[in-house]
Amino acid sequence: MRFRIIVLAKQVPDTRNVGKDAMKADGTVNRAALSAIFNPEDLHALEQALSIKDKIPYAEVILLTMGPTRAAEIIREAMYRGADQGFLITDRKFAGSDTLATSYALSLAVKKLAPYHLVISGRQAIDGDTAQVGPQTAEKLGIPQITYAEEILSLDAKKIIVKRRLERGVEVVNSTLPALITVHSSAPPCRQRIGKLLMKYKHARTVTELQNETKDYTELYNERPYLLIEEWSADDLKAETQNLGLSGSPTKVKKIENVVFQHKESTILSNSDKDIEKLMQTLIRSHIIG
Amino acid sequence: MNNIFVYCEVTEERLVADVSLELLSKGRKLADDLKVKLEAVVIGHKVTKPEALLYPFGVDVIHYADDEKLFPYTTLPHASIIIELFKKEKPEIVLFGATSIGRDLAPRVASALRCGLTADCTSLEIGDHFENKTQTEYKNLLYQIRPAFGGNIIATIINPETRPQMATVREGVMKKEVYSVKYKGKLNKIDARSILKDEDFAVTIIERHLEKSKIDIKNSQVVIAGGYGVGSKENFQLLFDLAEILGAQVGASRAAVDAGFVEHERQVGQTGVTVRPKLYIACGISGAVQHRAGMDQSAQIISINTDIDAPINQIADYTIHGNVADVIPRMIKYYKKNSK
Ligand SMILES: Cc1cc2nc3c(=O)[nH]c(=O)nc-3n(C[C@H](O)[C@H](O)[C@H](O)COP(=O)(O)OP(=O)(O)OC[C@H]3O[C@@H](n4cnc5c(N)ncnc54)[C@H](O)[C@@H]3O)c2cc1C
Ligand SMILES: Cc1cc2nc3c(=O)[nH]c(=O)nc-3n(C[C@H](O)[C@H](O)[C@H](O)COP(=O)(O)OP(=O)(O)OC[C@H]3O[C@@H](n4cnc5c(N)ncnc54)[C@H](O)[C@@H]3O)c2cc1C
Repeated sequence: MRFRIIVLAKQVPDTRNVGKDAMKADGTVNRAALSAIFNPEDLHALEQALSIKDKIPYAEVILLTMGPTRAAEIIREAMYRGADQGFLITDRKFAGSDTLATSYALSLAVKKLAPYHLVISGRQAIDGDTAQVGPQTAEKLGIPQITYAEEILSLDAKKIIVKRRLERGVEVVNSTLPALITVHSSAPPCRQRIGKLLMKYKHARTVTELQNETKDYTELYNERPYLLIEEWSADDLKAETQNLGLSGSPTKVKKIENVVFQHKESTILSNSDKDIEKLMQTLIRSHIIG
Repeated sequence: MNNIFVYCEVTEERLVADVSLELLSKGRKLADDLKVKLEAVVIGHKVTKPEALLYPFGVDVIHYADDEKLFPYTTLPHASIIIELFKKEKPEIVLFGATSIGRDLAPRVASALRCGLTADCTSLEIGDHFENKTQTEYKNLLYQIRPAFGGNIIATIINPETRPQMATVREGVMKKEVYSVKYKGKLNKIDARSILKDEDFAVTIIERHLEKSKIDIKNSQVVIAGGYGVGSKENFQLLFDLAEILGAQVGASRAAVDAGFVEHERQVGQTGVTVRPKLYIACGISGAVQHRAGMDQSAQIISINTDIDAPINQIADYTIHGNVADVIPRMIKYYKKNSK
């Protein structure tokens, strides 16, 4: 039997690159100026999976992502680096999902891929910033979770030993399999694309992407069926509608405020107590610190 | 309305963690607003005097599960006990510390109870909500206010329909305040063995030790960088002190690294790392072009310099004209005074 590793990854706006150029004149975030990227810690997660595959030849790495059509980009990216296959979970019904609804959908997709041995996610996505989806998916699957993984120290068909990175130290734990691990950014970075794989998968597309192509790929796909990236809808997952999207999400966003940066000429402050206190108050009020 | 619960984390020293005491203080205020009780959940083994420590924070009930298998913390046994307890008690609100334990445990519990969980709240308030779509009025909801999107937006999250309303809060966000030294509640002992199953011990700890984490200035929201003008290794300690309370990382110019004030991993600039934090505080840094290349995309820049004409001041939002050793201790002082 294959040793099946499922990697959960999300495409996110690059919120780390919100420099002065990505702010609009009114001081709000210019989302359009942010590129869509592979969530950074999910690349660390992918690397953990690929390095297991390096050691265990019968291991296979499957990437799962939930998102719009465009999110297929990160499936291709994972294939270029060594993933064997990917599935895009995509449906209007998933829109507005909070972490509970997201983990419900992801867990159904993981179950569809059973039997599996290991599920690997990033610790946290840089847009929602909650770090909740990993543990919630583990709960829905009824399997143990190992959060903040930095290194897999050993692995066999039945158990895994993982080094965890905590606030003030490290912990080494042993878990039965299957289990879900969430990977911390202190784990090794992901390997680069491999030229041969780039050539092999560069025409990989989802059905929706193929429909938007002007070129006819029918013949190529008959010859190389592995190029087709499967899309799974809510029906494919046999999901219950009330657990999906907005209706499956107990949290509601009531209000959103952009953090406003006013960029003006440098304000010169004296080193008086009054000036320093005023500055600290301004920083706290604008949520930059505190 | 039902009560407010706080999960109390237990430290290495078997004390209830500061973050939990801070949450009890906040929980007490919310309980007074809502006219309900405050209940604490303590799960561990031989925890130091939970009653004497917790009642003064205005705790009405302590639920205490004491068993050698419950310390040190592992996810599943703690989750099972809490899930069982909450199914019975049906809390209105539950607070967890946004620590490596709280952020591991709370989502597992929320998923099992199918309730909402808001991460890393910076503020919690009680408020009403009117849902236009269904024309429904909700009274006394918990407004859970949190930064998201890499700190670029602040969202107010509510859970209108489901209970409990769960949130995690970082250490230092709420203020620890004794409610009344004479306050007395009651103790409810939880029989852990009757709840726990073999599957709860699927994960076992082989080894644990304290270890300094690797330097990671690139991913930090706030960077406090020191230059040659900081003057000495000892003065650099001031930057570390400020970084500690702001949750920031310390960076440096090449001249400071060359002078041996700090490690090379902290160097910012053309031959060091590039950072784009929300806030960059340049202390005693002149602002050579090679240094600026690594930090000029920061969202906000504060310069502390004795030279009013230092080039760094041209790209700074604020320039404090003064001596590093003199200014930083007062930044610490006024931060502490003005943050909750
Ligand atoms: C401003 C704002 C605030 C929010 N606050 C909350 C909140 O407090 N509580 C809440 O429940 N929801 C919240 N949400 C919704 C939440 O962002 C989404 O549910 C999101 O889809 C998943 O959460 P995350 O980005 O925090 O992921 P995280 O939980 O941080 O992600 C952890 C890991 O899970 C995996 N993962 C996450 N999403 C996917 C996916 N779509 N496909 C595959 N793998 C994935 C990845 O491996 C990732 O590294 C908020 C959304 C916004 C816009
Ligand atoms: C090829 C090349 C690559 C380089 N790469 C880098 C790089 O990656 N990163 C980098 O940083 N540099 C780099 N440099 C070096 C760079 O050119 C500068 O020499 C260096 O940045 C200067 O560091 P500094 O600002 O700390 O020191 P200085 O230029 O000596 O400035 C010290 C500042 O501190 C102020 N000051 C003094 N006393 C106090 C006090 N008590 N309180 C407050 N302020 C005080 C002074 O007014 C002055 O502005 C590179 C140079 C070359 C040639």
